[in-house]
Amino acid sequence: MPILEVKNLVKSFGKTEVLKGIDFSIEKGDVLSIIGSSGSGKTTLLRCLNFLEFAENGTIAINDKVIYDGSEKAKMSEQYIREMRLHFGLVFQSFNLFPQYNVLKNITLAPMLLKTDTPENIEKHALELLEKVGLSDKLSSYPCELSGGQQQRVAIARALALSPDILCFDEPTSALDPELTGEVLKVIKQLAEHDTTMIIVTHEMNFAREVSDKVIFMDEGVIAEQGTAKELFENPKNERTATFINTITK
Amino acid sequence: MMGFWEVTLSLIGGLKYTCLIFALTLVLALPLGLVISFGSMSKFKPLGYVVKTFVWIIRGVPLMLQVIIFFYVPGFLLGTPVLSRFASVIAAFVINYACYFSEIYRGGIESIAKGQYEAGQVLGMTKSQIFFKIILMQVVKRILAPMSNEVITLVKDTALARVIMIVEVIQAAQNFAGYGLMWPLFYTAVFYLAFVGILTLVFGYFEKKLSYYKV
Ligand SMILES: Nc1ncnc2c1ncn2[C@@H]1O[C@H](COP(=O)(O)OP(=O)(O)OP(=O)(O)O)[C@@H](O)[C@H]1O
Ligand SMILES: [Mg+2]
Repeated sequence: MPILEVKNLVKSFGKTEVLKGIDFSIEKGDVLSIIGSSGSGKTTLLRCLNFLEFAENGTIAINDKVIYDGSEKAKMSEQYIREMRLHFGLVFQSFNLFPQYNVLKNITLAPMLLKTDTPENIEKHALELLEKVGLSDKLSSYPCELSGGQQQRVAIARALALSPDILCFDEPTSALDPELTGEVLKVIKQLAEHDTTMIIVTHEMNFAREVSDKVIFMDEGVIAEQGTAKELFENPKNERTATFINTITK
Repeated sequence: MMGFWEVTLSLIGGLKYTCLIFALTLVLALPLGLVISFGSMSKFKPLGYVVKTFVWIIRGVPLMLQVIIFFYVPGFLLGTPVLSRFASVIAAFVINYACYFSEIYRGGIESIAKGQYEAGQVLGMTKSQIFFKIILMQVVKRILAPMSNEVITLVKDTALARVIMIVEVIQAAQNFAGYGLMWPLFYTAVFYLAFVGILTLVFGYFEKKLSYYKV
């Protein structure tokens, strides 16, 4: 049974259809990478999964239970949407840490507000997460005092603090200087080794190839090809996949 | 000849109004401005237009005229005085300043990156949690400088109350000019400078307190 199953997801902005019927699924503990050229709809797909955008059509099911049906979105209450969001975590390209709070508070703020546990346990969990991302010594620093790579690692810890079923990344290293991408990718790799279910939109082809159980190539709002990393990178069946991989890995 | 203490006592009588108008306007206009700014940003378009037009009118008309209108017009329409002099001044000042504040708030709120809201949303927070726990403090930091300008202007605007015969501090000093005494006018200037000086210190303190982070 897949942990996530997306069927026929359709999303338009005005008259432009950006997602034209997306179908895929992911098993628990797997890493799915989404690659594709600019404007192909990768970010929009992640935003639909996190309910920052609402698909007009299609369904999203978690553990075989449909939690979102585009044709019935008018019936969903805000409270319901908030609860469904907690199935997913999202790490943004631009980190979006809360500047007025220190690292620890950035991580604990939402769990405290949502009362997911006792304050002591929330804080303990946050400290464990900080250790996981290698920033135990920065717990009382403010975001403006951190490098981009450190900020992104805090953002990852913040997303993990709510223990989402699936953690999504939208180009997590695109806003970073090249020398800082490594530390972030390393953290994601570790998460993959510990069976965190993840969906990663990325332009880092070597990385995608290394960590992914499954890769999706998106092209103009459709999934042009999907398969294992090996299949897609070494033996692409679709001509556009081949062209894309060739140009980007050069 | 009137002595120093006599003048001081009289000026303090005027200063009482100056301070009352200042304090009441601030206490009432700060929250009202937030309500108005939400109105002007409303997703319900007609409400947004009505509020924006209202703000435009209030900001476009001299405060002095608004004070006069608040005092005379309701009484004229109803054939009997409605608001006392003091209440008219407060009503006019609160509405006027709330409109100015609302524009500052709106600028501050709209300058916060969309990503801050979205980060809150994906963490399962409610709209009000996002506003009060994430956005508000960032807005406060952004608007501190323009708010400090506006509040200092308010100190000096309190003098307008005299147009409907409230003896605030300048009027009190001017009364002595009739007796050939000029120095109380300069004395008044010292009051204002001290008042503004204290405000400058207070705002400086908050600015420093909030300097530990960047937005
Ligand atoms: N809020 C929006 N309103 C209108 N059009 C939008 C909006 N968001 C995205 N689009 C359009 O949808 C299309 C897909 O955008 P999306 O951001 O999903 O692409 P992407 O694959 O993430 O691209 P990139 O690699 O550049 O990040 C683009 O043509 C974009 O202009
Ligand atoms: Mg994108």
